[in-house]
Amino acid sequence: MIRFENVTKYYTDQDLSVENVNLSIHAGEFVSVVGHSGAGKTTLIRLLLGEIKPSSGNIWFDDFDVDALKRSELPMYRRRIGVVFQDFRLLPNRTAFENVAFAMEAAGKSDDEIVSDVPHALELVGLGHKARSFPNEMSGGERQRLAIARAIINQPEVILADEPTGNLDPRAAQEIVDILKKINDLGTTVVLTTHNKGIVDSLGKRVITIEKGRIIRDDKIGRYHHGEQM
Amino acid sequence: MAIFRVSGAMASSDQSENKLALLRSRRNVRRLALFYFHTLIKKHMTFQTDTKRIVRWGLINFYRNKVVSLASILMMTVTLMVIGIVIFLNAILGFSLAQVSSKVDVNVYFYPNVATAQVQQVQVMLQQLPSVASVQYVSQDQALANFEAKHQDDYLTLQALDELGTNPLGATLNIQAKEAGQYQAIADTLNQNTSLMTGSNPIIQKVNYSENAEIITRLTNIMHSAESLGIAISVFFVLISILITFNTIRLAIYMARDEITNMRMVGAENKYIQGPFMIEGVLYGIISAILSLIIFYPVMFWLTKTTQTFFGGLSLLQYYANNFFQIAIILLVAGILVGLISAWLAIRKYLKK
Repeated sequence: MIRFENVTKYYTDQDLSVENVNLSIHAGEFVSVVGHSGAGKTTLIRLLLGEIKPSSGNIWFDDFDVDALKRSELPMYRRRIGVVFQDFRLLPNRTAFENVAFAMEAAGKSDDEIVSDVPHALELVGLGHKARSFPNEMSGGERQRLAIARAIINQPEVILADEPTGNLDPRAAQEIVDILKKINDLGTTVVLTTHNKGIVDSLGKRVITIEKGRIIRDDKIGRYHHGEQM
Repeated sequence: MAIFRVSGAMASSDQSENKLALLRSRRNVRRLALFYFHTLIKKHMTFQTDTKRIVRWGLINFYRNKVVSLASILMMTVTLMVIGIVIFLNAILGFSLAQVSSKVDVNVYFYPNVATAQVQQVQVMLQQLPSVASVQYVSQDQALANFEAKHQDDYLTLQALDELGTNPLGATLNIQAKEAGQYQAIADTLNQNTSLMTGSNPIIQKVNYSENAEIITRLTNIMHSAESLGIAISVFFVLISILITFNTIRLAIYMARDEITNMRMVGAENKYIQGPFMIEGVLYGIISAILSLIIFYPVMFWLTKTTQTFFGGLSLLQYYANNFFQIAIILLVAGILVGLISAWLAIRKYLKK
């Protein structure tokens, strides 16, 4: 479903880049992408979102080339992907309910659908009682769960979670991973980037290890490996 | 030919014939129309819900970002008040210039022996000139009365007048032109017109244009430069205040830039992100316009009380009341446009990437 073909991306400062990445992810998989900060994990996510363009190579989502999408087609494309970021990226002036509803409004859903679906999503991430709270009234873990609720509300085919546990304490982090696992069990593909060893080891799912912009390992049932363990 | 061949080929198959017949049938036409109508309604409904949501979020954002809204409204109120002040200044300037130019006139003095009918004939002739605004007839008796009133303390002159026994003063026509620059032409017409004679004697004793000519041209020049200066200053101040408002709104949107990126990440279309900000801009404009209209009222009241004599009898309050609707519409339109365009320009930057 997702395919990277010889993808290379150089930034102008030459530091943050990915080089010659070949990768394919199938529908329903739970893939962890691990590596040190700056290894290129986030670059992969941004490439997949169409936020940045590859310097060379192609990225395929289903049967279309992400790079070839027009700017006007990007919103439609992004509604098929749910994204969760390390820094939550919620809308600060909107309540939990409204944050989730926004994704539905943007997708052109009707008011009836919004009223019936949003509470379910909030319930799924354990925020049913926080619907009227604003993000700044919530803890880090709650905010991240809210971001997940927003990401899944339009029933996307893929959830991209970019370091979702990076700002959270271990317990909150475990909650997030549990929710992601639950979503995966319901049939959604999940791509998780992280450098949290405990989480990766406990998952027992496919692990892709990146170092200095290159894929150095790709294990079916992987553990967290450090670069020197090649 | 090609059309014939195609229809021939279709006719060869029974199925195609049936299909054609079906298509032509009334029921199908109705079904097609219904289908078309439904898509139209659906499109209309999405447009409606989109608009409803955009307006709703504009209002909610306005309310939730109270401080930013307040700052923007205050800035925009200043802008609109500058525009309003420019309108009032133009009124004052126009009124003063009208006052000054109404004091300028050309007087035609007739000989005392000229018949009233003849003078009135000239009056009618002058009134028909397109450049003439008004012609005032002063009869011989009136002229005498004016003269006596003017010299009422000058005993010698009055006595001399008494000695004469007859009225030595002729009738007078006071001419006002529509524009100060036209007096020369009017004076020329009177001087060159050879029909203004009784037998071989001219009926016009004197046209006093040449004496006033210099003052009149100087006044004309001053009026024209005052007008252009007024326009230049107005444009300058209006531009500056619009720029300041634009900057305020830009700052407000700059603070929301992360929010804009987040909305894009969720897959919101540009119009959906842009719309609420533009609604907020419109709201700033409307509220600021109302605010400045309210503020102007006591200001004009006070100004009228203190400056009425200075401005030659112009009541600013009266002017404000008489032109309230025009001023309100100008301020509303200006406020809405500035708010809308500022928001649109400011947010465009974050949507390009």
